[in-house]
Amino acid sequence: MTAPNRDAESPMISVGNLRVSYGEREILHGISFNVRRGETLVILGGSGSGKSTLLRTLVGLEKPSGGEVWIKGVNIAQASDRELNEIRKKMGVSFQGGALFGSMTVGDNVALPLREHTRLEESTIQIMVRIKLEQVGLASFEDFMPSQLSGGMKKRAAVARALAMDPEILFFDEPSAGLDPIIAAGIDQLILELKKAYSISMVVVTHELASAFLIADRLLLIDRGDILAVGSREELAASTQPRVRQFLDRVPEPQVEDELSYLQMLTADKKAVTR
Amino acid sequence: MKTTATKITAIPDRVGFETLKGLAYVGSLARLAGESAYLTFVGPFKGQRLHPQRAFHQAAAVGVGAIPIVSLISLFVGLIMALQSAYELKRLGAIQFVADAVAISIVRELGPLITAILVIGRSGSAFAAEIGTMKVTEEVDAMETMALRPVAFLVAPKFLAMIVMVPCLTIWADAMGIAGGCLFGVVGANFTILSYLHATQVALVLRDLYTGLVKSALFAVVITAVGCQEGFSTGAGAEEVGRSTTAAVVKSIFLVIMVDLVFTALFYATNS
Repeated sequence: MTAPNRDAESPMISVGNLRVSYGEREILHGISFNVRRGETLVILGGSGSGKSTLLRTLVGLEKPSGGEVWIKGVNIAQASDRELNEIRKKMGVSFQGGALFGSMTVGDNVALPLREHTRLEESTIQIMVRIKLEQVGLASFEDFMPSQLSGGMKKRAAVARALAMDPEILFFDEPSAGLDPIIAAGIDQLILELKKAYSISMVVVTHELASAFLIADRLLLIDRGDILAVGSREELAASTQPRVRQFLDRVPEPQVEDELSYLQMLTADKKAVTR
Repeated sequence: MKTTATKITAIPDRVGFETLKGLAYVGSLARLAGESAYLTFVGPFKGQRLHPQRAFHQAAAVGVGAIPIVSLISLFVGLIMALQSAYELKRLGAIQFVADAVAISIVRELGPLITAILVIGRSGSAFAAEIGTMKVTEEVDAMETMALRPVAFLVAPKFLAMIVMVPCLTIWADAMGIAGGCLFGVVGANFTILSYLHATQVALVLRDLYTGLVKSALFAVVITAVGCQEGFSTGAGAEEVGRSTTAAVVKSIFLVIMVDLVFTALFYATNS
C-alpha cells in the first residue's frame, strides 16, 4: 500500500473523492484536495458543513464509505490497524476541548505518548516534556491537573501533547472556539510560531474567519459536504462566488422568499427535504 | 394506514429483530472480553505494554474500597438468613441445623450474588461513567489518535482487577455472612462460637465454595464487560453519561442473574 513516488514533491495528505456517511445520511459527498509538505491548510465551514467529520476522517476516527485518504503514502481508508497506528505516531491532534486525560497531570499527559511508544529513559522524557511545555508557554504547569487549567491553557497543553512525538502533521480542531479574543489570538500566535519553528504540515479546522486568514497558507471552504472553494488567502478573498461571499461577508441565511415555497416547506414530506 | 393484518405480521419481525439485537450485544461483550484477554496474556509477548499499575489502582478501588459495605451487608444478610430459617426449623425442632442452612445458602448463592450486586453498584456504574465521560470529552478519540488502544488502556486493567478482586470479596462476604449467622446462633440457638463454626465446617463441602467462586469470577467478567461496553457506546452530551450508567447497572444485574441461573442449573445437573 505504498505510493509509487515518495519524493519531496508528493503531497503530505492527498484526499480523493472522499465520501463519509453516518448510517443512511451522507455527510461528505466526494471531496478531493491535497495538503503539501510544510503548508498550513485551514478548513473553513459553518456548523453542520461536514468540516469536523472531515477532520475525524483524516485522523482515522471515521471510516470513509468511499474514496481514498493518502497520508505519507498510506491509504488510511484501507490500512490495517497496525499501519494506521504507525501513521498516527507521526501525527498530532489537538482536540476542541483539549481532551487531556483528567486522571493525569499535565506533565504525564505530555509524557504519555513518549512512555508508550518509545524506549527513552525517564529522565530524557522529563526533559522533553519540559521542552514541549515551554514551547506552548506552560513551563511551570507540569504538575497541575487538567481541571486546574483554564480553557486556553488546556488547549496549549493539548498542543504540547500533540507535539510530544515530534509529528510531521498537526491537526487542530477549532483551536479558538470558546476562547476570549485575547486568548484566541494567543493560540493563533502559537500556531504561527510552531509553523516558523518546525516545517510541520498543519490542518486547522475552524469557523473563525480572522484566525483562518491569519494562519493559513491555503484555505478550503466546505459547505454542506462539498468543497466550495480552495485557494490562497488572496484568491479566496477575491472570490465572487455568491456562497463564498455569503460566508466571508457573514450574511445570514436568506429567509424563505415566496409564499409557495414557504407552504411547501410546511407541508413537505420529511423524506423529500432531507436527502 | 396500517391494517390489523400488517400489525400482526409485524410482531414476529419485531421479536426477531430484538432477539438479534440481544445476541449482537452479547457478542460485543464477548469481543471486549476477548480483546482484553488477548492484550493481557498474548500482547506482552508481541511487544505491547501491559499497564500493571493501572490494574493495581483499579483493584484497590474495586476490592479494598468495597470491603466495608460488603462486610456490613453480608453480615446482615447472614443474620436475616439465620432468622428466616430458624423460624421454620424451630417448628420442626431442628434449630441446630440453622448453621447448615446459613452456611449453604450464603456460600453457594448469596455471598457471590450480594457481592456481585454491590460491585455493580460501586464499580460497574463507575466504569460506564468513567469511559462515558472520556468519550464525551473526546479523551477516547485522543487516545486512538495517539495510537494507544483504549481497550488496552481502559478495559484490560479493569478485567484483571475484577477477576481477582470479586472472588476475593466473595470469600470475605461468605465469612461475614457466616459471622452474621453465628451471631444469631450464639444469641438465639444455644451455640457457642466454636460449636457454630464447627457445625458450619461439617455442613460445607469444598464443592460449595468453588462453585460460588466460579460464579463470582463469571459475574466479574459480565459486570466489567457491560460497564465498559455501555461506556464506549455513550453518545454526545452529559445526559448520555447518565443514560449509559443506568443501562450498565440494569443490564449487569439482569445478566448476572441469568449467568447465575444457568450455572446453578449446570452445577445441579452435573452433581446428580
